[in-house]
Amino acid sequence: MSKVATFERGIHPKYNKELSSGKSITPAKLPQRVVIPLSQHIGAPAKCEVKIGDEVKKGQVIGTPAGFVSSPVHSSISGKVIAIADFPTAVGRLVPSVVIESDGKDEAVAFKENPNYMNLGADEIKAAIKDAGIVGMGGAAFPTNVKLSPPKEKPIDTVILNGAECEPYLTADHRLMAERPKDVVEGLKIIMKSLGVNKGYIGIEENKPDAIAAIKSAASGESSIEVHTLEIKYPQGAEKMLIKAIKNREVPSKGLPMDVGVVVQNIGTAIAIYEAVRYGKPLIERVVTVTGRGIKEPRNMMVRVGTLLSDVIEQCGGLVEGAVKVISGGPMMGFAQWTLDVPVTKGTSGILVLSEEEYVSSEEYFACIRCGRCVDVCPMGLNPSMLSILIEKGHYEEAKDYNLYDCFECGSCAYVCPAKRPMVQFMRLAKSQVKP
Amino acid sequence: MPKQVRHDTKRKIEMATDVKTHPLIVSVSPHVRDEESIAKIMWTVNFALLPAFIMSVYYFGPRAVYVTGLCILTAVLSEHLFQKGLNRKITSTDGSAFLTGLLLGMNLPPAVPFYIPIAGSLVAVVITKMLFGGLGYNIFNPALVGRAFLLISWPKLMTIWSTPTAQFLAMDARTTATPLGILKEEGAVKLMEVFGDKASLYSQLLMGNRAGSLGETSAIALLIGAAILIYKRYITWHIPFSFLGTVAVAAWIFGGRGGLFTGDPVIHLLSGGLMLGAFFMATDYVTCPTIKKGQIIFGIGCGAITMLIRLKGGFPEGVMFAILLMNCFAPLIDRGVSPKMFGAVKKKEEKK
Repeated sequence: MSKVATFERGIHPKYNKELSSGKSITPAKLPQRVVIPLSQHIGAPAKCEVKIGDEVKKGQVIGTPAGFVSSPVHSSISGKVIAIADFPTAVGRLVPSVVIESDGKDEAVAFKENPNYMNLGADEIKAAIKDAGIVGMGGAAFPTNVKLSPPKEKPIDTVILNGAECEPYLTADHRLMAERPKDVVEGLKIIMKSLGVNKGYIGIEENKPDAIAAIKSAASGESSIEVHTLEIKYPQGAEKMLIKAIKNREVPSKGLPMDVGVVVQNIGTAIAIYEAVRYGKPLIERVVTVTGRGIKEPRNMMVRVGTLLSDVIEQCGGLVEGAVKVISGGPMMGFAQWTLDVPVTKGTSGILVLSEEEYVSSEEYFACIRCGRCVDVCPMGLNPSMLSILIEKGHYEEAKDYNLYDCFECGSCAYVCPAKRPMVQFMRLAKSQVKP
Repeated sequence: MPKQVRHDTKRKIEMATDVKTHPLIVSVSPHVRDEESIAKIMWTVNFALLPAFIMSVYYFGPRAVYVTGLCILTAVLSEHLFQKGLNRKITSTDGSAFLTGLLLGMNLPPAVPFYIPIAGSLVAVVITKMLFGGLGYNIFNPALVGRAFLLISWPKLMTIWSTPTAQFLAMDARTTATPLGILKEEGAVKLMEVFGDKASLYSQLLMGNRAGSLGETSAIALLIGAAILIYKRYITWHIPFSFLGTVAVAAWIFGGRGGLFTGDPVIHLLSGGLMLGAFFMATDYVTCPTIKKGQIIFGIGCGAITMLIRLKGGFPEGVMFAILLMNCFAPLIDRGVSPKMFGAVKKKEEKK
């Protein structure tokens, strides 16, 4: 029954999840001020619907979608708009954002409840998801309603919930599955309904036995839902790897999961979908794992969107002496921060603070010795060694012949490289220089 | 390392919270790395050669220490001085120059005069490696080019084989022929005569009690080292096994004097520099193909050329030239094969 599924190649980094995996999700303090970027998703930034001085309530729309691939943005607290300007975000860009100062009351607008949510039609479900501003919460932040509206020529027969959480350190999805398994399963059922699919899977890595048990018991009555135990391996949670592991289907090169009839959703997203469809609650808060040996008290916290990293870190006891790096996201694909005055967004799964002893210098690297370790681990079956050599010499066009654009920058090659080459940097550089 | 951390984060940023200033390091992902490094790999390979080195000392006495030591010293020193002279990053402690010296030493006859190890190491490190751009850029295995240079420049000195009797005054050691030399000149029957019988021949070859280059004679010691490397996954079976397999098959088919399929593969496998070459030289990362499929082609090529030279060439031994010739093809092989790409199976018409 519990077969351990996986994909070819990949790596086994130290997971370090024990720092926070046993910590229940606790609500963060109501922030005094939030900075809410109008673009927290892939696609067109939302159109600002408020002015400086406006009073807003929790859950009120402050940005409306500007296009098909776009998403609305809501206020996460009640208070007054005090600024609308470009602010830095965790991915390093300046993004037009709305700054709201709390009035301390945390008053919410009325949400439209739907006790009989399973009777809703597909379009109603998708409308509710869109109105709630739900985007993929695993990091990429692609608008969920778009993902749930595949073109007609791409029939979908399978939905997979991604409970792999293969990024080291992160435990947000783990805690959600362990603490709210029913909501996860309900979310999955809603997604399946919206797509007219009758086969749903939840894939969970073996290192979360409590989550597997909880989800299995929550899904025990559902004949259409299967729980799969996955091998502990990075990047097991990458969409293509997850589909390969569970359905043994390979998404074609340059293709999308829908090309093989699959839609993958994140665990947090599933719960947000449940809350949006059942309670009409917009996506204004999310679970963030605050962890690493550079933070005094690692925690899993329910944090309002727009809360500054510095606020969150302070609530976890602050940084330890010798904390050297703050990362938004996990250690494999997350973004190092230069300032802590950036907000938590819908896609922020973790705040990782590395201490001096966890830090690995990446400033000095050597020539490729062509040991082939990167070839042996690349989940996409590329030749990173050759790519890096070509890119280093500026042969970007030739890099395309080695399938540069199939690289999704998981960092496995860089992780194993004994010459400590900045592989991900090379790939990004080349991608910025040539078109696909 | 902490010092470096401080150094590269001069830019301090202010934290909104507890009025503490924290320097933060910003770099591209991934933010965690495996502990493997070039130096760790190189020193492990050096360590894996220790059993064979010990056996070389056992059979050839202080000469082994003297010749190998001279090679290592010259290799490391010349890399260091070259990099210092050209104001390059000094990498002479990463174990790679040490390994080149060690391998060259193990590939030399015991009785060579002092200038042989020095000249060989200089050619290996300075010409073959540094002038091509240093570690990672060299086309040929440095130690083997060093040896090839010596063999061509001093053919006489490079083919004086001492008897393995732990001689302490090595210059006075008696000389003899290598098993492959006897095999080539007088055939397998004579070879067995020299060693007594077949069983004794095999066991002496396995232990290394025979004439030959310093570190190549003890197959068992080399296999122990190879086992360490395979266990640590520093090398895989692909090159050595395809190399040895090709040699064995070719020896069996073409190696006998009595016609096809009468050859003795065991003698060929355990003689000459095959074990040392297959496990420690052909597997050199820089000069072999990166892709596993290509490594098998590479190994077969090495085996075929080795046997061609052993059976039909002017030299009794062909491992060195086989690997050097296949080194030329490694980049080409790497371009000709590719790993199995994810999602490549269903390359369909649609492209959105």
